[in-house]
Amino acid sequence: MSVLQALDIGLAFLVFAVAAWTIFAPGAFAATVGYVVYGLLLSLVWIRLFAVDVALTEAAIGSGVTGVLLIGAAARLRAAETAGSEKSLSGSPRLLVAVLCVLVAMALAGVVLLLPDQGPSLAPQSMQHLPETGLGNPVTAVLIAYRAFDTMLEKVVLVLAVVGVWSLAADQYWGGAPGEARAERPEPTLAFLAQILAPLGILVGIHVFWVGADAPGGAFQGGAILAAMWIIVMMARLTEAPQTEAFWLRLALVAGPVVFLAAGVAGAIFAGGFFAYPPGFAKPAILFIEAFMVLSIAVTLPMLVAGPPRREPRQ
Amino acid sequence: MSLVVDLFSVVAIGAGVFFFLAGTVGLLRFPDPLSRLHALTKADNLGLGLVVLGLLPRSESLLSALKLIAIWALVQLAGATAAQLVGRAVRRKGTAA
Amino acid sequence: MTEFLLATAGVILFTVAVGLVRILGGPGDADRLMAAQLIGTGGIGALLLISAATGAHGVEDVALGLALLAAFASAAFVNSAAPAEAPDPADGR
Repeated sequence: MSVLQALDIGLAFLVFAVAAWTIFAPGAFAATVGYVVYGLLLSLVWIRLFAVDVALTEAAIGSGVTGVLLIGAAARLRAAETAGSEKSLSGSPRLLVAVLCVLVAMALAGVVLLLPDQGPSLAPQSMQHLPETGLGNPVTAVLIAYRAFDTMLEKVVLVLAVVGVWSLAADQYWGGAPGEARAERPEPTLAFLAQILAPLGILVGIHVFWVGADAPGGAFQGGAILAAMWIIVMMARLTEAPQTEAFWLRLALVAGPVVFLAAGVAGAIFAGGFFAYPPGFAKPAILFIEAFMVLSIAVTLPMLVAGPPRREPRQ
Repeated sequence: MSLVVDLFSVVAIGAGVFFFLAGTVGLLRFPDPLSRLHALTKADNLGLGLVVLGLLPRSESLLSALKLIAIWALVQLAGATAAQLVGRAVRRKGTAA
Repeated sequence: MTEFLLATAGVILFTVAVGLVRILGGPGDADRLMAAQLIGTGGIGALLLISAATGAHGVEDVALGLALLAAFASAAFVNSAAPAEAPDPADGR
């Protein structure tokens, strides 16, 4: 057995052990931390599978956005746990869920392990046509060129998620701002962290977006890093979340899908097909669409983490 | 020349791994959360710094090397800040946090 | 050289695993929060070593993203645990 194989087996076992611990963890907060650790370990697994774009997404979303969201939720649940009764699933429904999960996992494992050596794949054709798109990263080509319609629909789903989160507000808070107000004297350590991280993070986020055309990266990863920077500045109370009725906020949220859809329609008029790009003009068009996608993602994710409005709208 | 570079990498990375081990031993043996926090954030950061130092000569370009240094600086910042934040939380709630 | 890099990555992952066993079960939330910090530092180390050994490209950006976001779990914990507390005398205020 080579060192690489031993490393892979050890990594797989560690992922499995952390996942098992997360399921049996005592309390919501412990399970949340276990989940964050699990996400970071998965980043390593993606690197081993040579899926660097996915690893970047997993790192940015798992520790930056989802981690913050779940830890905040666990802390809020803790107050409810100690106040109310502990009513969790127990007995035969739990056993049924466990059996179902194991069956699905075994089915997936079977499918993956029984794949033929040369499985059905469109990779050769997509690499063959890559120069026509002007891109160097096949993942970006799949997302924005070959399957652009799916990616646009995903951005619409994000907007729907924000609408869903906002609809949880009480009637009198509709249109107000989520989260806490800006602090008079913010906690010094958090403020220090936010003030140093935010400029660097913005630089890294824009770099990851720009470099995604030719190397691992892309609009979603860059947007997620930018979103994380806004989240940390809001967490440090250096700024407060905007009013949900603010026009610029709503414009920024929909800018990504709207520009994407407009590009698709323009493709039907100018390039002979819905979501077709004019030859020779593909890369500038793709970067233009991606820029607005980055804006939308960087605004949508912090709004999802901030939650429903909890203060009355200012007049 | 490349033998010297390889030797440097081996020594630096080996030292880095030693500090990772030391950090974990501290994590296992220290009696209370604050000292465990120290073992974690100081020893592991130093270990990572030595690993980065060992990998610097092997990087593909100047930009890669600069990114490696930036990574280590950011982890230092994150470790120091996390130690302050978690330590403050431990002190506020008592050790049964 | 490749084997050495992979072996050291394995040792680092092993130390992370042992550390996780200790602090994920540890008494109190502060201990558990340290697990995120541990996997952040150790994970970045293992990531850089594995990518240097297997020749994957663009992995420094993943490590850069992880390094940027390493303190987020601790920040979220502190933020949600103490919403509006009295100023701490140790802050010098």
